[in-house]
Amino acid sequence: MSWETTIGLEIHVQLSTKTKLFSGASTQFGSNPNTQVDYVDLGLPGVLPVPNREAFNKAIMFGLATNSTINSISFFDRKNYFYPDLPKGYQITQMNKPIVENGEIAIYVDNKEKIINITRAHLEEDAGKSVHDLFDGKTGVDLNRAGTPLLEIVSEPEISSPEEAVAYFKAIHQLVTYLDICDGNMSQGSMRCDVNVSIKKPEDTELGTRAELKNINSFRFIDRAIRHEVNRQIKLLEKGEKIVQETRLYDSDKNETRSMRSKEAANDYRYFPEPDLLPIVIDQNEINEIKNNMPELPKAKVSRYIDVFNLDEADAKIIATSKEMSKMFETAAAESMNPQLAARWLIGEVNALLNKDNVLLSESKLEINNFSALIIRINDETISGKIAKTVLEKIWETGDTVDSIIESEGLVQIKDSGLIEEICNKVVSDNPDQVAAYRAGKDKLFGFFVGQVMKESKGKANPKNVNEVLKKLLS
Amino acid sequence: MTIQYKSIKELNEMLNNKDISPTELLDETFQLIDEHKDLNAFVTLNKEGSYKAAKELDSKDAFSSLEGIPIAQKDLFCTKDILTTCGSKMLSNFVPPYTATAIENLEKAGCLSVGKTNMDEFAMGSSNETSFYGNVLNPWNKDFVPGGSSGGSAAAVAAGIVAAASGTDTGGSIRQPASLCGISGLKPTYGRISRWGMIAFASSLDQAGPMARTVEDCALLLNEMCSYDKKDTTSLNVEIPDFTHNLNNEIKNKKIGIVKEFDLSKLDQNVVKNFESSLDQLKKLGAEIVEVSIPNISLSVPTYYVIAPAECSSNLSRYDGVKYGFRTDNITDLENLYINSRTEGFGEEVKRRILIGTYVLSAGFYDAYYKKAQQVRRLIKNDFDNAFKEVDVIVSPTTRGPAFAAGSKSGDPIQMYLEDLFTIPANLAGLPAMSIPSGFENNMPLGLQIIGNHLDESTVLQVGHNFQVNTDFHNQNPSKGVS
Repeated sequence: MSWETTIGLEIHVQLSTKTKLFSGASTQFGSNPNTQVDYVDLGLPGVLPVPNREAFNKAIMFGLATNSTINSISFFDRKNYFYPDLPKGYQITQMNKPIVENGEIAIYVDNKEKIINITRAHLEEDAGKSVHDLFDGKTGVDLNRAGTPLLEIVSEPEISSPEEAVAYFKAIHQLVTYLDICDGNMSQGSMRCDVNVSIKKPEDTELGTRAELKNINSFRFIDRAIRHEVNRQIKLLEKGEKIVQETRLYDSDKNETRSMRSKEAANDYRYFPEPDLLPIVIDQNEINEIKNNMPELPKAKVSRYIDVFNLDEADAKIIATSKEMSKMFETAAAESMNPQLAARWLIGEVNALLNKDNVLLSESKLEINNFSALIIRINDETISGKIAKTVLEKIWETGDTVDSIIESEGLVQIKDSGLIEEICNKVVSDNPDQVAAYRAGKDKLFGFFVGQVMKESKGKANPKNVNEVLKKLLS
Repeated sequence: MTIQYKSIKELNEMLNNKDISPTELLDETFQLIDEHKDLNAFVTLNKEGSYKAAKELDSKDAFSSLEGIPIAQKDLFCTKDILTTCGSKMLSNFVPPYTATAIENLEKAGCLSVGKTNMDEFAMGSSNETSFYGNVLNPWNKDFVPGGSSGGSAAAVAAGIVAAASGTDTGGSIRQPASLCGISGLKPTYGRISRWGMIAFASSLDQAGPMARTVEDCALLLNEMCSYDKKDTTSLNVEIPDFTHNLNNEIKNKKIGIVKEFDLSKLDQNVVKNFESSLDQLKKLGAEIVEVSIPNISLSVPTYYVIAPAECSSNLSRYDGVKYGFRTDNITDLENLYINSRTEGFGEEVKRRILIGTYVLSAGFYDAYYKKAQQVRRLIKNDFDNAFKEVDVIVSPTTRGPAFAAGSKSGDPIQMYLEDLFTIPANLAGLPAMSIPSGFENNMPLGLQIIGNHLDESTVLQVGHNFQVNTDFHNQNPSKGVS
């Protein structure tokens, strides 16, 4: 039986403001517990939240970059529940009217574009952290994170595979780092996501019952968690059982999801408008000012790459989607004067390595200057394309510079025509049968001779020169 | 020489005449506090802090209006390094590291904060019987309640211990005790005074204000309490006038509204008579009495008892035994840390309102209760806006009757809630309103409420002051009895 998967993502993006959403305390990561907490974060009696406009601005930037509606008026609400790391007993969030609505973002799977619609993006404060393993039989509470601004980005349920989910998460990651509204540091929890998964038969018009997978913070885990959850649901349905609407936790150690709470047991959060805060009012002038100060967005970059560098639209889009990749491209294009070559290498070899390891460019050992150097060395024919692949793989593993790898491995391309002729002569005299066959009209054998020469030269011979010499010798 | 029953203005004259120094004023104040211990008006005294501030003023030649004036602060305002209980066991050990903006403003103006006054727990009550620290007694008759929730502040002023006190008013908590204790009390426009450092009951309704022996003193206090405060985004960034400026201007030709929909026939007839004589007094001063319609005013009490508990249920969630305040000894897991701390830490009335609030906000009831109440609130506000197109102020009795005996209503929440029948509408509409002494029934004070238009405290104070300089109800005191 075949099943269709429907996935929606809720991504929590920690906005990189200096201070918290409603207090002047610092948001820096990694300080001693409870040292970045002021009266507001502690939920002391009588203190009041004061909103941080910087967070509003960052949310607006996200809205602009995703073609969203920026609501000229939006509201904060309270979400009420008890937990020790939630000092006020409620979280200030936006339930009824978020700051950003109705946007879209493009994702690429197998270099094909798909548009995913964004339902909404709203501002809210983060909770603190409960520490369960530090004190025997007791739970510690660290409120350093309490009140850190989050932008929760909710997608429409339009994602239909784990690959697309990962691509969407990556696209959001790339965009928010592009805009510099989030540091994108996944291991520090700067981006986390909840995944809603359901399956249905192709002929069904309504979506199946969904499960929500909570708090996933890596690309790899999204992929694995979804695969696992889809299999679980298929097994249940094929046994004739029902899916229960519930929240499930993905355990990355055991690679399984398990139930946290069912819908019936779900909290009633008693949302209501936050009476301590005025509505967020944003006028067009503010939006225009933010627009004017935004970094160049992928869309504008794409047109520039097509116009200035003569790239294909598809290639331009792939490069421009990532801030890191476009920086890498622009640097290499400028320094090597060969944008086409730089683009080809990014889209081909670099992308393949990224996909193989499921990492982001920023997480890899390939640095901008090193990539530039690689393209320069290919362009000035110090190394051949084939050697360059080996060099790139080395960089990928060690992060060493291009020139040091070329030197230590002795990979400089042989362009010395005497040396090349010598090798060619050897290959021709070692293979008299093939020479005879070639001369008798078996043109295809030319490739064989080139291959032999490259083998002899350990790939270092300049292919162009080899072609010329061989043609002469064999004619 | 006694300072008992002196107004701020009189004390200021004494200070400027060198009849008394700030330190001597404090000596007498603390003696009065001691003599009136049975009123139970104070929870905590601030001798050290107030004497320190007084000593710095002792050598002054001239005293500005509030410099060196002893004042009592409602125990709902956070005061740095001074126990702040909000009338609750829950905060019986809470010492804030900061001072509320309203109090800071008064202290900057030279007021000496002598102590924290008793109050209904978390300001929920109209009789001061819900305080964890015991009932406050009405100085006019100690068997009677002083009103609430600012009952300690009202009793301290009525007993002449201090010339003034701070209060807060969510549904009448300044005006109702002012009325029951025969003093003047003003709830300003919502947003006039910063709420920062005021322990929240219902955020969209809470407003601080002055309580004093005279309208003029209220104006002096209001001048200092108001400020635009960046720490409270709901505080208003508007010009603050000198509220004493037009106190003495005549009220001839002022249009004074009476609300058609207030059905006085069901009231205590002494209250009605008293109200009619107040109207006569205003007419004598040249004001014109005009009937206005506030069609939705009868919905005020039910509307209030949805919105206020809803906000309170959320505002009081922070008292959970985890971070500060009372924590139960009876803990086996997280859930009963919460349950037992809150069960043992809160009193019955607070629990009742948390339950009401939790109910009206819960899924499935939100639209029927909370949302509807917000819509009605908007209608009431619109009604007032329309009425104020025709009149300068609106007057009514402050309460349905004079102070009642302790225990007589505490078993009947509905009767208690109706205490605020006349005061709640101004909170819902965010309007300034004050209560001033208007006479007596069986030797117990009655009050006249004056409601003003948005930000128009000046006219409210002007009408009140004109009334006061032509009457002497405010000059009576419990020691000499009603003359």
